[in-house]
Amino acid sequence: MTDARDARRPAGELEASVMAALWAAGTPRTPGQVQLGLGGGLARTTVTTILTRLHDKGVVDRRRQGRGYAYFPVQDAQGLTARRMHTELDRDSDRETVLARFVAQLGPDDERILRDLLEPGDQ
Amino acid sequence: MTALLLLPLLLPFALPALARRALDRLAPVAALWAVTACAVVLAGCSLGALGVLLLTGLLKLPLFAALGELIHPLRTASDLVVLPAAAVSVGALAVCASTLARSVLRQARAFRVARTEAGRGPAAGDLCVVDSVRPDAYALPGRPHRIVVTTAMLRCLDGPEREALFAHERAHNEGGHHYFLAAAELAAHCHPALRAVRESIRLAAERAADEAAAARVGDRRLIARAIARAALAAQDDHSERPAFAAAATAGPVPQRVRALLTGGRAPRRAGRPIAALLLVCAAVSCVASVAGLADVHHRVEVAQGDQSP
Repeated sequence: MTDARDARRPAGELEASVMAALWAAGTPRTPGQVQLGLGGGLARTTVTTILTRLHDKGVVDRRRQGRGYAYFPVQDAQGLTARRMHTELDRDSDRETVLARFVAQLGPDDERILRDLLEPGDQ
Repeated sequence: MTALLLLPLLLPFALPALARRALDRLAPVAALWAVTACAVVLAGCSLGALGVLLLTGLLKLPLFAALGELIHPLRTASDLVVLPAAAVSVGALAVCASTLARSVLRQARAFRVARTEAGRGPAAGDLCVVDSVRPDAYALPGRPHRIVVTTAMLRCLDGPEREALFAHERAHNEGGHHYFLAAAELAAHCHPALRAVRESIRLAAERAADEAAAARVGDRRLIARAIARAALAAQDDHSERPAFAAAATAGPVPQRVRALLTGGRAPRRAGRPIAALLLVCAAVSCVASVAGLADVHHRVEVAQGDQSP
């Protein structure tokens, strides 16, 4: 992914990516660490700007670390409602009928086939 | 006449095999449109045929014949055929109506709950994170579109793979795939043979989103890796679940990964015949039910004394 591609992406998508990186990390992260977690592509100043914006919105919190801040996701009411929503959807055994899920349940041979397909290089 | 009405009831049995081939030979988006449209038409025609059979049987009963102002008895095949056919139709239509209504109500409710909760409070772009130990992700269409991802899913992917996942889910939302999935679901409740077609439509939607995501991030291998990693992580989590009965072919996830790794554009041969077959299937079903209905209508008019036989 190139800088040019990222520069053209809507702000919402960049916020989602940064938020995802924070959640994936599980511990407070500095803008530099978030930038690394994103796998390159974004300038550090951009990451800092997005983190500040997320902080203003109240979806991430921060604490002092060295000369800057380390950011972490807020596990607030929104997180709770999202969890409630998740259990509500979970109650429907056939929820994937209206919701397109990223991956379906694997069959007995699927795991082996998948590992074979991915074999060259990246496992 | 009754034989003509059997055609719309039997044609759906041919669709699962056709749908699987369409998926192999057409571009995912084309397959999604063609198979969904065909499934909806066949579902509608099979309901229509059941309705006509039911109507014919009812008009054989003196009470309904009087209500229909029939002055002559309705001329049909033997009562031994018409009455059981009508009885079976009543049962089938009742089952369809109840499962359809139940499915629509349940899914609409779950969907409404999801929308209200996702719309509450500030969000980071279109992302809605759920703190859960189960890797899971899905697109939540609406205004605005959202992507729901669990923390476990975010943690099992690296940065570029998460971008691949987001691109895939955004493709679902932008492509309006939930309409296709809802249509597939409704069709599946109208005719038992269309249940298998629902799986094909679901796979077509996933393939379409995979291709859109691959075009967006410019790396097919990255999408394939993200899907495989997410599926394997979800599998580890479900390891205590009993395995399903062995399937003859690979499940949807390996099919998607393979299609991404093998370049995608290769098997476009013989796409046109399969599209034509789907069209013929839908057309025959429509013509047969309309002809059956027209025939019954004619007989009713004769029985009402409006027309001579």
